[in-house]
Amino acid sequence: MLAVKNIETWYDLIRALHGISFEIQQGAIVALLGSNGAGKTTTLKTIMRLLDDDQPEKGTIEFLGKRIDRMDTEEIVRMGISYVPEGREVFPELTVMENILMGAYTRKDRKGIQEDIDGILKQFPILDERRNQQAGHLSGGEQQMLAIGRALMSRPKLLMLDEPSLGLSPLLTKEIFTIIQKINQQGVTILLVEQNVNMALKYSHYAFLMENGRIVRADKPEILREDDDVKEFYLGIATETSIKGYKRYRRKVRFR
Amino acid sequence: MFEMLLIEGLAIGACYGLFGVAVAIIYKTSDVINFAQGEMGMVATFVAYHILTVYNVPFWIAFPATMVFAILLGMAIEFCFLRPAKDPTVLGLLIITLGAEMLLMGLAGWKWGAEQKDFPFLLSVTKTHEIAPDLAINEWTIGVFTLTIIIMVSLFLFFRYSKLGIAMRATQQNVNAAKIMGIKVERVFSITWAMSSLIGAIAAMFFAARSVLDPNFMMEPFMRAFAAAVLGGLTSIPGVVIGGLIMGIIENFFGYAWPEWKPIVAFVVIILIITVRPSGLFAKHYIKKV
Ligand SMILES: Nc1ncnc2c1ncn2[C@@H]1O[C@H](COP(=O)(O)OP(=O)(O)OP(=O)(O)O)[C@@H](O)[C@H]1O
Ligand SMILES: [Mg+2]
Repeated sequence: MLAVKNIETWYDLIRALHGISFEIQQGAIVALLGSNGAGKTTTLKTIMRLLDDDQPEKGTIEFLGKRIDRMDTEEIVRMGISYVPEGREVFPELTVMENILMGAYTRKDRKGIQEDIDGILKQFPILDERRNQQAGHLSGGEQQMLAIGRALMSRPKLLMLDEPSLGLSPLLTKEIFTIIQKINQQGVTILLVEQNVNMALKYSHYAFLMENGRIVRADKPEILREDDDVKEFYLGIATETSIKGYKRYRRKVRFR
Repeated sequence: MFEMLLIEGLAIGACYGLFGVAVAIIYKTSDVINFAQGEMGMVATFVAYHILTVYNVPFWIAFPATMVFAILLGMAIEFCFLRPAKDPTVLGLLIITLGAEMLLMGLAGWKWGAEQKDFPFLLSVTKTHEIAPDLAINEWTIGVFTLTIIIMVSLFLFFRYSKLGIAMRATQQNVNAAKIMGIKVERVFSITWAMSSLIGAIAAMFFAARSVLDPNFMMEPFMRAFAAAVLGGLTSIPGVVIGGLIMGIIENFFGYAWPEWKPIVAFVVIILIITVRPSGLFAKHYIKKV
C-alpha cells in the first residue's frame, strides 16, 4: 500500500534520513520503533510532505501505486493518508466540535461528514461530553483522543500516529492502543511510531527498528521480542552487563 | 452638545476600530503588524478617486470596483512581499511591510502627485438628518455606523459558522496542524490579506471623506487605529473595535475641552492602560505556540 524507497531527508546541512526503505501492507498495524532522534518523526513528516518543498532530497514514496513524494500535503490527505502528530497539536481555541470538523476539511459530502461525526462521538464519549469546550482545556489524554478522532474524519486508508502514548498513564495508554486496534479492525492500515516498545510490539503485526536515520531491523514482533539486543536496549531487560554490550550493539547497527 | 460629541467620537472611533480590525486580522494570521496597511488603504482610495473623477462613473460602480482593487492589492502584497520570505523572523517581516509601505507611497506620489485633493464621497459630512429634537447627525456618521455593524456581524458569522472561517482560525492557531488537515494555508494567508485590505480600504475612504486626500493622509489614522487595536488586545476583533470606540470618545471630548491636546491625549491614555494591562484590555490569555 505504501512503499518508501531510499528516502534521504535533509534539514539544511544535516542529513536526518540516510536512505531508508520500507513497505506497508494493506490492513496491517506496522510499528516504527527507535530511540530519540532516530528519525521516526522525520520519516512521517517526509511522507506527509510537511518539510521543505525540496524534501525528500532523494528516493521515492508510492501510495496505492502513485508517486506522492512531490505532492502537496493537501492532495496526500485527499488520497487517504491521515497523520496524528507528536504532541497532539489540536487547535487550542477551537471547540472540540470545530476541531473534529476541521478533520473533514477536504470532504464535501455533508451527509457522510455528519454520519462520521456521530460515529466518532460514539466511539469517544468523552469528546461528546465536551463537544463545545475549547480543545486547549482538555487533558492530555482527551486531546489525544481528539487528535485521533479528528484524523479519522478524512476517512483515511492509512493512519499514521506519532507517539500516541506520550505522557499518558499506563491505563490510558492501554485504552489508546485498544482504540488503535479497533480502528485497524474497521479496515484502516496503521503506521505507529512508539517509544513504548513493549506495547507497540504487542499490538503490531510487523515492526521496523530505526537508528541514526537508518532502518536497522525489520521483522515480526514475536521474533523481535525474543531478540537479545531488542530485549536489552528497547525492552530494558538486561541479559549481560551493559556497556560492552551496548558498544557491540552500536557497532552492529552502524555497519548495516 | 454632549450627545453630539459622543456620537461624533463614536463615529470616528468606529473608523479607528474598523481599521484596527484590518490590522488585527493580519496580525493574527501572519504574526506581523502590517505597517503598509495605511498606505494600502490610501492607494485604494486614490483608485476610487481616479475612477470617480477621470472616468466619471457613478459612485455605485466606483465603490465595488475599488473593493475589487483592494482585494487584489492585498493578495498581491502577500504574494510578492510576504510569501517569498522563507522562515522569516518577526523583525524581517516588519521590515518587509515597511518596504511595501514606502513603495506604495512612492507609487501614489508619482501617479497622483502630492497636492491635496477633495475626495468626492457619496456620504457628506455636512448634510445632516435630525434623528431627534436638537440632535442632528450627518450622513457620514450614519454610513460609518451602518457599515461597521454590517462588517462586524459578517465577520462574526464568517469566523463562527463558515468552514473557511473556522479553517482561518485553525491556521492562526497552528499552521502545521492546519496543513495536516489538508487546509491550503497559503490560500488562507492570501484570503486574510484580501479581507484585511478590503476592510482597510473601506475605512480609509471614510477617513478621506472627512479630511483630504494626499499620499500621507493615512499616516495619522493608521497610528491611532494601531494604538486602538493594541488597546483592545490585537487578538480579539470585538476588543479592537471597542478599543477604537474608546479612543474616538476620549479624543473627541478632550479635543473639545482642550483642543491643543487633541493629537496626543489618546496616546497618553493608551500608554497608561498598557502599563497597567500590557496585553490590552480584551486580549485572550492563550499564548500562541511557536
Ligand atoms: N527542524 C529540524 N532542524 C534540524 N534538525 C532536525 C530538525 N528536526 C529534527 N532534526 C534532527 O533530525 C534527527 C531526527 O529527528 P526526529 O525528530 O525525526 O527523531 P525521532 O525519532 O522522532 O525522535 P523522538 O523519539 O525523540 O521523537 C535528529 O537528529 C534531530 O536532531
Ligand atoms: Mg519524534
